[in-house]
Amino acid sequence: MSFNALVAISLAYVAFLFAVAYFAERRTRRTGGGWLGSPLVYTLSLSVYCTAWTFYGAVGYAARSGLEFITIYLGPTLVFTGWWLLLRKLVRVGRSQRITSIADMISSRYGKSNALGVLVTVMAVVGTTPYIALQLQSVTLSFGVFAETEAETWTPSNPASTGLWVACGLALFTILFGTRNLNTNERHYGVVMAIAVEAVVKLLALMAVGSFVVWGLAGGPADILARIDASPIAGWEIVPARWAGLIFTSAAAILCLPRMFQVMVVENADEAHLGVASWAFPLYLCLMSLFVVPIAVVGLATMPEGANPDLFVLTLPLREEWHGLAVFAFLGGFSSATSMVIVAALALATMVSNHIVMPLYLSRQKDGATMAGDVRRVVLLARRFSIGAVLSLGYLYYRFSGGSAALASIGLISFVGVSQVLPALLGGLFWRGGTRVGAAAGLITGFTIWAYTLFLPSFGDAGPMSEVMMAHGPFGISWLRPQALFGIAGMDPLIHTVFWSILLNTIAYCGFSIASFPTPLERLQGAQVVNVFEHTLGARGWTRGSARAEDLLMMAQRILGASDAQALFQSEAASQGKAGYLPDTTPEFLARLERELSASVGGATAHAMVGQIAGSSSVLVEDLIRVADEAQQILEYSNRLEAQSEELERTARQLREANQKLTEISIQKDAFLSQISHELRTPMTSVRAFAEILREGDLSEQETVRYAGIIHDEAIRLTRLLDDLLDLSVLENAQVSLTLGPARLNELIDRAIAATGAMTEVRAQDGLQVFRNPADEQIDLVTDADRLTQVFINLIGNAKKYCDAEWPQLQIRVRRLAGRAVVDFIDNGSGIPDRSQDIIFEKFSRLSDQAAAGGAGLGLAICREIMVRLGGAIEYLPGQGGAAFRVSVPLAEGAGSARAAE
Amino acid sequence: MSKRVLLVEDEPNIIEAIRFILSRDGWAVDTHVDGASAVDKVLAGPPDVLVLDVMLPGKSGFDILKELRAEPATVDLPVLMLTAKGQGRDRELAERYGVTCFMTKPFANAEVLDTVNALKAGALGQV
Repeated sequence: MSFNALVAISLAYVAFLFAVAYFAERRTRRTGGGWLGSPLVYTLSLSVYCTAWTFYGAVGYAARSGLEFITIYLGPTLVFTGWWLLLRKLVRVGRSQRITSIADMISSRYGKSNALGVLVTVMAVVGTTPYIALQLQSVTLSFGVFAETEAETWTPSNPASTGLWVACGLALFTILFGTRNLNTNERHYGVVMAIAVEAVVKLLALMAVGSFVVWGLAGGPADILARIDASPIAGWEIVPARWAGLIFTSAAAILCLPRMFQVMVVENADEAHLGVASWAFPLYLCLMSLFVVPIAVVGLATMPEGANPDLFVLTLPLREEWHGLAVFAFLGGFSSATSMVIVAALALATMVSNHIVMPLYLSRQKDGATMAGDVRRVVLLARRFSIGAVLSLGYLYYRFSGGSAALASIGLISFVGVSQVLPALLGGLFWRGGTRVGAAAGLITGFTIWAYTLFLPSFGDAGPMSEVMMAHGPFGISWLRPQALFGIAGMDPLIHTVFWSILLNTIAYCGFSIASFPTPLERLQGAQVVNVFEHTLGARGWTRGSARAEDLLMMAQRILGASDAQALFQSEAASQGKAGYLPDTTPEFLARLERELSASVGGATAHAMVGQIAGSSSVLVEDLIRVADEAQQILEYSNRLEAQSEELERTARQLREANQKLTEISIQKDAFLSQISHELRTPMTSVRAFAEILREGDLSEQETVRYAGIIHDEAIRLTRLLDDLLDLSVLENAQVSLTLGPARLNELIDRAIAATGAMTEVRAQDGLQVFRNPADEQIDLVTDADRLTQVFINLIGNAKKYCDAEWPQLQIRVRRLAGRAVVDFIDNGSGIPDRSQDIIFEKFSRLSDQAAAGGAGLGLAICREIMVRLGGAIEYLPGQGGAAFRVSVPLAEGAGSARAAE
Repeated sequence: MSKRVLLVEDEPNIIEAIRFILSRDGWAVDTHVDGASAVDKVLAGPPDVLVLDVMLPGKSGFDILKELRAEPATVDLPVLMLTAKGQGRDRELAERYGVTCFMTKPFANAEVLDTVNALKAGALGQV
């Protein structure tokens, strides 16, 4: 087995993972998940808990400390079997509040405080970096094992550079599949599927090596048991304090590790999956640990003195010349390391971008949340850079820490670090009295103690903690000795840290929570989280009517993307009984919008963005009453009343709108005759006056020609008006016969632009500059080409006539949406005011009364009738910065509906 | 003595027709197309007769008439109103605001000329 072949196998394996992720993502987008969203995949994805430390390190751990390694599995097992109610609550809260990370969870629970988000993010980065370094080290070491056996003369490639390549490759994978788009629910099906596959590979690999050891090297289970009895491991004794401490730490870690939170809560597609995971995940852990002791025992017995027990999983098969098995074991270790790094990088990048980069970016934007432009690109870019930064940190740590410490110790240090979130997390879930100040105090206290007593000393003498300081404390203050706080010496350093940090963390959290007074928003969020099962109140806290729907739409488009945002607004408007894209900005709608936004940019940022438009949120007394348990009964009653009054309000709103429209139409009908009269009489006046002048004679030749010309022009104007009227009347009475045929959208637009004489390339004097994307326009339609072109001509002509920008521009954007071709015409003028948007499609509704515009105000009315006949629609699209119209026509296969409309 | 008429109208062809008819009879014809600034234009130098359209950009002929009647300088100015709407309601409104004479488009050229001349002579009192 050559080293190069191993590299090739690894690359092939990575390519396979790419393919898995790619197809999972595609399948989900097409079919919405199917079996990909099964509880099995969810359970397997939870196995990111089992990293390279578990895969390689557990054997080493067993060889050094006997059965103690099992504590790392016992903690999660206890949590999953004994306390899955807690997990269910965590997942429920995560889903109902659209939580994106553990930092978002803490921040949202304590009044959407971004300061807390930043704190947890920093802690998570510091706590996870050594762990990522550990994974890079394990992959590098395992490469080294193969390199050594190749030939004595082969000089191992610089291990640091192997680590660098691994880090780069993982960054690439994470960026490709973790930041492909800004999901509205922040799930990454491709990544999860790849992780699940890796989970299977690592389990099978470890079990294969285990079986080989038990039945290949030893003489079966009985022989193994005898060997275990004879080995030094049998003489090992339980240290109760260490056991309790380690079980506690691993139990805390499974809740608090950013990567575990990511797969367990954020990527969870269905709460019911937890039920399966509660037994299946412990089973997985059990299988993972089944062969650890046999491998350790046989390894200790057969490998030469001084062999690294962390690598027994690899070196045992290699020694017996089972190269295939060794490669399989290598892939298992590779899987363990890569899956952990990918998920951890993803989780940390989400936290860094949502809690550090986005708030900074937003505070630097003077225009506030409504300015034009797409924020999604900024968010994605921030995530990509964060992923790169996280992996660089991990690599640098690995490079400069020397990568020498035993694998397990870095892992445990990391575990204890992230466990500091536990008091704030559990307190937040179960105790309504917990406040932001308390959470911050607890986090800072615990984290400081962890850094002082465990993390910094782990760098050794060369690090910031000198030997003198370790022995005598800072400035000779002996009760501050890092490993013997308050003079209590003799404890195991790890347990010492766990004990003091968690104890003081909890005391600080509770003490400061009791002493401080929560803000209304904290109370509200606290009640929502703690009582998540009792009543699913919509988050309130916004007051009615202070925001303009159009501003909100503009902001939402920048984060959710134009089509998702428009769909959201449209559905909300529909549920309020309104047509179009602009719902009333009720508090319920603001809360819903904020939830949707927080799925993309995190709770605190979303809250701030909505706040910029809706004004500062005010929590009303009624909201607080809704929260109080004592008022539960009143609440239920008032909820019912509220539901009824909501229903009434919706009906009233519909009626109000219908009535308003009727009144407007009635006024328009009245105006109709008067309008017709005016439009007909005006040209007729000129015709009659000049006809009389001509009849009287006595004119110069030049005057005669000129006056006859005027009569001619006015006659044509009359004809055109009558044509329009007849056209409309025919369309309205559905007597029109459509000439359906195949047509290409880009050709129709070409024709319309040519007919209106708009400039596409060079700007002519006061011409209209048109921007198109020809690639999008290659769409085949079965439609009435002339009629559709007529609609386009009308819209382009309107932009030409009414766009009041200094440099008039028109964007024509085409895309496919739900079986239709959608063509948006967006100009850069001042647009159409809210109140007029509903009536522009009515007859004679010319907004400006300049006769200079030359039309009778029938154009859009005709367009609307045409589009109805063609089975499509035309509507005004608010929130685009200028006047914007959306034309949608059925695609070629939908031709039947056009015919049906005929 | 010169006869001055001010024509407030926004259709270029109708302006040209009326200008032709009146200037052939020796009238000095001044024209104005914008409704919003029409009152200022009249007050700046009141003509002998004002010919006023109803549908004007910026301000309707009715509003212009109402404002002119509120000004001492133009309270008695002879005003001929032309409208293309031709509904009875418009005529009533114009009379309520104090129009001197009211005429519907399309008109006979001779009729317009006669009416303007009669207004100048004061032969037509308040209708």
